Amino acid sequence: MSLSWSPKSLAEAHEALASGALKVAGATDLLVVDHATGRQHEAVLNVLEIAELRGIRVAGNELSIGAASTFTDIRRSPDVPKHARLLTDAAATIGAAQIQNRATIGGNIANASPAGDSLPALLALGALIVVSGPHGKRAVPYNAFHTGYRKTVLDPSELIERVIVPLPAPRVQIFRKIGTRQAQAISKVVVGFASDAPSRNALTNVRLAMGSIAATPIRLHEVEALIEGAVLSRELADQAAALVEKTITPIDDVRSTAAYRRHVAGALVRRLLLDLHESQTS
Amino acid sequence: MSTSYKFTLNGEETEVSGPPMARLLDVLRRDLGLTGSKEGCGEGECGACTVLLNNEAVCSCLVPLFQVEGASITTIEGMAPQGQVTDLQRVFATEGGAQCGACTPGMILTIRSLLKRYPRPTREQMREYVSGTLCRCTGYERIFRAVEVLTGQRTPEGVADAPVAEGARE
Amino acid sequence: MDHLNAVGLSILRPDGLAKVTGRALYLDDLPERGCWHGTTVRSPHASALITSIDVSAVTDPDVKIVTAKDVGPRNSVHLIHDDWPVLADGRVNHVGEPVALVTAPTLARAVTAAREVKIVYEAQPPVLDLDQALKGDPRTGGRPNVLATCDINHGNVDAGFAAAEVIVEGEYETGHQEHAYIEPHGVIATPTLGAGSEFLGVDIVGSLQCPYYVHKALTYLFDMSADAIRVRQSVTGGGFGGKEDYPDMIAAHAALLARASSHAVKIVYERQEDIIATTKRHPSRVRHRTGIKRDGTLVAMDIDVLLDGGAYITLSPVVLSRAVLHAAGAYACPNVRIRGKVLATNTAPNGAFRGFGAPQSLFAVERQMDKIAWTLGIDPLAVRMRNAYREGDATPTGQILKESVSAVAVLEKAKTSTRFSERHATNSLARESREDSGRVLRGIGLSLFWHGSGFTGNGERRMMSRGAVRLRADLKIEVLSSSTDFGQGTEGVFRQIVADACGVSLHDVVVHVPDTAVVPDSGPTVASRTVMVVGGLLRRAGEKLAESLRMFAAHQSGVAPAGVLLHNGVFETELGRTPFAEIARKYVALHGPLDAEATFEPTPNSTFDEATYRGDAYAAYGWGANVVEVEVNPDTFVTRITKLTTVSDVGQVVHPVMCAGQVEGGTLQALGWGYLEEMKMKDGRYLNDRLQTYLIPTMADTPDMETILLENPTAHGPFGAKGVGELPMDGGAPALLQAIENATGIALSRIPATPERLFEASKMRRS
Repeated sequence: MSLSWSPKSLAEAHEALASGALKVAGATDLLVVDHATGRQHEAVLNVLEIAELRGIRVAGNELSIGAASTFTDIRRSPDVPKHARLLTDAAATIGAAQIQNRATIGGNIANASPAGDSLPALLALGALIVVSGPHGKRAVPYNAFHTGYRKTVLDPSELIERVIVPLPAPRVQIFRKIGTRQAQAISKVVVGFASDAPSRNALTNVRLAMGSIAATPIRLHEVEALIEGAVLSRELADQAAALVEKTITPIDDVRSTAAYRRHVAGALVRRLLLDLHESQTS
Repeated sequence: MSTSYKFTLNGEETEVSGPPMARLLDVLRRDLGLTGSKEGCGEGECGACTVLLNNEAVCSCLVPLFQVEGASITTIEGMAPQGQVTDLQRVFATEGGAQCGACTPGMILTIRSLLKRYPRPTREQMREYVSGTLCRCTGYERIFRAVEVLTGQRTPEGVADAPVAEGARE
Repeated sequence: MDHLNAVGLSILRPDGLAKVTGRALYLDDLPERGCWHGTTVRSPHASALITSIDVSAVTDPDVKIVTAKDVGPRNSVHLIHDDWPVLADGRVNHVGEPVALVTAPTLARAVTAAREVKIVYEAQPPVLDLDQALKGDPRTGGRPNVLATCDINHGNVDAGFAAAEVIVEGEYETGHQEHAYIEPHGVIATPTLGAGSEFLGVDIVGSLQCPYYVHKALTYLFDMSADAIRVRQSVTGGGFGGKEDYPDMIAAHAALLARASSHAVKIVYERQEDIIATTKRHPSRVRHRTGIKRDGTLVAMDIDVLLDGGAYITLSPVVLSRAVLHAAGAYACPNVRIRGKVLATNTAPNGAFRGFGAPQSLFAVERQMDKIAWTLGIDPLAVRMRNAYREGDATPTGQILKESVSAVAVLEKAKTSTRFSERHATNSLARESREDSGRVLRGIGLSLFWHGSGFTGNGERRMMSRGAVRLRADLKIEVLSSSTDFGQGTEGVFRQIVADACGVSLHDVVVHVPDTAVVPDSGPTVASRTVMVVGGLLRRAGEKLAESLRMFAAHQSGVAPAGVLLHNGVFETELGRTPFAEIARKYVALHGPLDAEATFEPTPNSTFDEATYRGDAYAAYGWGANVVEVEVNPDTFVTRITKLTTVSDVGQVVHPVMCAGQVEGGTLQALGWGYLEEMKMKDGRYLNDRLQTYLIPTMADTPDMETILLENPTAHGPFGAKGVGELPMDGGAPALLQAIENATGIALSRIPATPERLFEASKMRRS
């Protein structure tokens, strides 16, 4: 007989957390694996009712998203589409309605799938992850959150409390995802791009993040450096695409091929730069 | 740390005992005898197990029992009082929205929740909202048309008042 | 009678309200009543010897286990040939092959015990695809393992090629397709036990298309008489051919466990097991060599059809036959040679899937016509119009198409409804002059196709199917046939046909559950024969019933029988009108229930020689044209299908909404097969074994559809009706590929046309 907790506050959750109970958010990945493998859990902790993990609000220079926010909550909130449409655009492509109504941003982060659609958006937005446990609270920049394939800095006694997007958020936010189908598609390549508004036909504070092309979502720093401050042009777009293709190491798998992923990752970056260039010169 | 969970099911207070991680789909079908929700894939991909949880469409194969404490759940059996049929259900039956029927309970609940947000949905809104509920028989066209008939966007093709007794298969 | 009241109306489907309220009971919804649960232990190897099966680690005392040694002397699924073991005996020939069956009072206990069964294999080198199969198979001493052949010869191809002005060659490939019915396989077997628990027979309820196929398989397996076995269909959540052959296997498994445990046993597959273990569409490789005149007229067609049958024969000879019979397409050509072959591989046996070989060979001939058009620099519609069958033309089996020929009509209608030629040309121009804007490329593509209704050649003649109706004591007219409804609307359609055949109202007609204890063998629910063949039987049976009642009414009222009319539920004579119920009540009171039966009658003067493959292959043909419109993203090669226009001639539309539903659903399956549905394999194991990885179209992927139904009646079907079940599967994939070619200039000859394939091909365009 397994134990279960459904605490209403972090304080109530401490005992369960300290005992290493399995944290259950939307369970949209968890139950699939449990059912397929017959896996059992000795103790489970429902994080969805914990007050500190709920709610989406703007406070000063932070957009604070509760880790228990579903992707539907994120899409429907007044604040996220306004400041972080990269994240709402990503949320709109996750699974379909039934998944978005249950899957949470905290779960997406903790699950740490290389193909997690919201994750490149968080990287490009420079998000901070607020992590809490019996031993206190800490804020981890999202780009330091992953330590390897499906591994994060989370200790078993910790949970993700909130996701912070520093404000003002980047003016340019572009999300692109390639799946096979129009919906319910695990991504083959997912791109999150952010920068300041173009100034004198150049971009600054460029962040280019990608998922599904490495063991974790990553930022392509070399390509960012190429674009940073450079005058937007057809040549720059082509160079950026070539550099993307050169630097990423995608794989062949059941969904797609390395060659296609490589091409499409480059093509998406090329196109978004061309579109930005066009918007400046037209 | 109770192993008994209370929730509202089709408008009635219900209490179920079971493992905290039991799938809501199994609780509905096996413990409560409500077989209207179907298992098509066991991984939240087909939507045949869709129910409304606090009025939102979810895959019941992905909801653990211990998380429905205090929630309100609607299954296909609770769409209309016993012996009655909603207009949405009827139009599915008359306009070709149901063929083999395996996706139909999930499809109807998904669309019910769509209609609460978009009472007169466009096809694009339907495509986006219903993309998580798969149908292999209809090609979706008659499902679009059933909703369009229901919402006054299309004239019906079915002869709804032809006298055919229900349950004529014996 | 010829007055149509119910036929042609879109009546409420009889099972509709049950389905929309969740009250319809599918197999896994049926009350379990203490039944046990069964599970299957399957081979992880594509080819291996079974060295040992050790059950000593199974500790649960109630568990019963069945292996090949427990099956008896007839260890095969009795279909065409007896090569398909119910349980693997000494060796396995595909991943997922069943080796042991386990049953226990609960599923959890059965699964636990199954994990404790230890099977030792000695793996052997498998043959996994057509290339390997062509080289040779250890099972046949190193020679190719040919499961079936089928050849057609018409005219003189050599003379034809000599007279040709241009010769075009092409090779086309299609892959596996998974049915992906939303309800997976399930069956419950309840044993009939004697006083000492001896096994006397079994009662099967299952999600299935052909109760009499299962019946035959089990009377064979257990060597029992017909009345020892009873098979009934439960409400079935989709079939598409996937529940034509495979239920024989799962029912045999459940029955064996029922025998071993003396309990009712239920087996239900989860999705992954269903995908790994059950039949798929045969992959194909079709080669064309075509001789044409410069104006596009066909003068010679040389076609090689190669199918991958998987590990056992199942229905491959008939799939091949249909593939070969449709391989030259909807086109007249005086010189045709078609050579067909099915090779075995160490993969799960392939079987029936809507279209049954025709979608594969029609994909090839349609893409070949596109290649011919491109070679000659003419419009793909024009080359089809030039060669499309007209009435009076001969097919490659020498059949003269005497009636109900609509190739030109469907093509014309497709052209005018979509302004095809104009838009195809505009897109081509746009493609040639396009800039690097990232804007989607638009394309439009078209296909023309045909589909024979009913069993091929002498199949119907061999089956001699029967259909019956009965006037019951409660005054309802009951339809008795083994045709099943698994979504297509059989029940409603039969009520319409019988109501009009008898002259009564729909209210008066009910359909009995397909149950081998009660209904005659009307043949399987396949091959687009349900309306045309079985509907035809029921129409004749209904007319006989009505005739008997009219005679009775005449007798009763002292009027000549010729003066009695029965229509719309009313008997009418010069003396007045009497409601049907009144006469029926009198009849039943005097004579009890009234039965009327009809048996298949072969068309006179219509024969087919199976040795030479000459003659009338099918009594009637359906005709279709599809126009598919797409947008292709030039950066990502992702295709979006925006519009589908179908034109289908089905002879007579019995139920317009259900008929359109068949066309729309089938065509979306064909489109899915064309660009989304891919079954990859590693070491003979399917990799896309979940709905997350085997992708079927969602509502977001489906185009808007315009569905045009034409009626060009046939003399061989009730009220002129032909079949419609499979025709929609035949044209979607090639039209889609033509549309993608129109948009991008990339001509694929292999499906699915995934973005990955388009990307690879974009590096080498048609030059």
